[in-house]
Amino acid sequence: MEEIANLFHGFAVVIQPFNLLVMLVGIVLGVIIGVLPGLGGANGVAILLPLTFSMSPTSAIIMLSCIYWGALFGGAITSVLFNIPGEPWSVATTFDGHPMAQQGRAGEALTAAFTSSFVGALFAVIMITLVAPLVAKFALQFGPAEKFAVYFLAFCSFVGLSKEPPFKTVASMMIGFALAAVGLDSMTGQLRLTFGFTELLNGFDFLIAVIGLFGIGEILLTIEEGLSFKGGAAGINPKVVFKTWAELPRYWMTSLRSCVIGCWMGISPAGATPASFMSYGIAKRVSKHGDRFGRGEIEGVVAPETAAHAAGTSALLPMLSLGVPGSPTAAVLLGGLLIWGLQPGPLLFVEQKEFVWGLIASMYLGNVVGLLVVLTCVPLFAAILRIPFAIIAPIILMFCAIGAYSVHNSTFDVVMMLVFGVVGYVLKKCNYPLAPLVLAIVLGDKAEEAFRQSLLSSQGSLGIFFSNGLVSAIMALGLIALFWPLIQDAFTRLRTRPAL
Amino acid sequence: MDEHSQGARAGGPSHRAVELGVAVFVAAFALIVIAGSLRAGVGWGAEGPRPGFFPFYVALVILGASIVNFGAVISRPPNHQLFADWGQLRQVMAMLVPTAIYVALVPWIGIYVASILLIAVFMRWLGKYGWGRIAAVAVGVPVVTFLIFEKWFLVPLPKGPIEDYLGF
Repeated sequence: MEEIANLFHGFAVVIQPFNLLVMLVGIVLGVIIGVLPGLGGANGVAILLPLTFSMSPTSAIIMLSCIYWGALFGGAITSVLFNIPGEPWSVATTFDGHPMAQQGRAGEALTAAFTSSFVGALFAVIMITLVAPLVAKFALQFGPAEKFAVYFLAFCSFVGLSKEPPFKTVASMMIGFALAAVGLDSMTGQLRLTFGFTELLNGFDFLIAVIGLFGIGEILLTIEEGLSFKGGAAGINPKVVFKTWAELPRYWMTSLRSCVIGCWMGISPAGATPASFMSYGIAKRVSKHGDRFGRGEIEGVVAPETAAHAAGTSALLPMLSLGVPGSPTAAVLLGGLLIWGLQPGPLLFVEQKEFVWGLIASMYLGNVVGLLVVLTCVPLFAAILRIPFAIIAPIILMFCAIGAYSVHNSTFDVVMMLVFGVVGYVLKKCNYPLAPLVLAIVLGDKAEEAFRQSLLSSQGSLGIFFSNGLVSAIMALGLIALFWPLIQDAFTRLRTRPAL
Repeated sequence: MDEHSQGARAGGPSHRAVELGVAVFVAAFALIVIAGSLRAGVGWGAEGPRPGFFPFYVALVILGASIVNFGAVISRPPNHQLFADWGQLRQVMAMLVPTAIYVALVPWIGIYVASILLIAVFMRWLGKYGWGRIAAVAVGVPVVTFLIFEKWFLVPLPKGPIEDYLGF
């Protein structure tokens, strides 16, 4: 019950006028970011992070998390109207959303998408409210070995669950760890891997990497594909909204299933994109109208949108309770915590109650505000997409440069951003996943610290990672996640053998 | 099939070559990290694992993974898939070169003036807009940005001689 009281206290923080204002600003900026090509949740939040330096941490996290919710909503607009996913997790929404728009049912598709997003997010927030404090309380007992095991689990799930070739995932992740190691070694105070360059003293900042890899890299990909926006008009009127709302309860089962898939995929760092595909795939298989999927079935919009939003939201659970972000955007938010002087991890729930519960309360309110904003302002946001690329591209580049510069007030970082951009473009085209790279840069120092502290206490024996039930269990889960494709293969072979 | 033959006509670097290049590049990166780690010490010191310990093993994994990736490309039968055709790469360079010049100019003339130039170049070159519109957008956007960042959120951005002259 203490949680309920805390939550109400959180609401009291959120409804202060200033916090409501930053919430609204965050949502609107977020939707714009979600709509624009080349700007996504992660780099959008990274670019706007400097704007929050002068705010209190609570207002700052409200604004940044609302940008994230806004981006999640915004991705659906371009998918439905223009058949261009504004975000990777909206790709599955184009399958049925765009055909609906072509049939003149854009309003219906958008209402379904927004409402499902809202339902998914609400489900995830309720789960966070109930589960996060428990996880945090549990995690307070973790020693260095358990901490490392949690990181191990997070990174292994990346390798096992991502659809990219596993060795490419490993390479990209380890590049992230290596970049994180550059500069001052936090445990001994010695310099390493700087090769005498003073610019490298502070190492590579992951914010620069995020802006470069996702921002610049994405713009280069967009221009290569030769972008032209052709889309239907967006008309949403109250009549369509209520009509769609009356129809949606019919799909409660799809909705519930997608919520569960989304939450599960969001907590394990697989993320929103696979969640939306998985949910769409299962809905197609299970639904009575499965054969009509892909030709404008409303259920085909409900499933991926619910899952994507549930996953995007629940990615904050491990970030808040364990200090392990479940998605690149959650990683950027975690970076924000460090900049505002907060130590992410289970202690947050003890030492920074106002911050944590303010954030959780803002998730409830932010998604309500988000739903209202997108339902009422769709035509405005769609108009942004009609701005020609020749105008919007240099403006996005400018904002990327501003974001990169203001992290450390360093023009060298702007150069690094461009380098990361080119690297990101080439890696993405060669199927190297970028999310593990970014997460490894964020978590590299902490994972290394936990690893070395564990080894220190065991005099160098790796046995410490299997020294008690808890740590062994987490490590074993990690190994299962790592070899998941092989295990799955073995299972299917076993099952098909009797038939032979 | 159609796509492939079309791509082949337009020409461009093959996907295979670029993939091999990336694997080699990643391996080279790993070797640099190994060299740096060895310099920092990879063994066990008085304070426990020395600074190079963790990055050294990380780099070994990178090296191993890139060898596997290299082998995977080699063992695949060669196809004619392109990384991108020359026309696409020209588009990418049309974006990249002005951006590189922009980044190089920022420390000297400040981010606002550089942004005005960047937006103007893009609008003129890619969009073929008239000078009136170009002036409105290219000057308007950085000025609004200036107001938001410097005045409202108090985030200082790089400024050059022109801002100095104007007294900011």
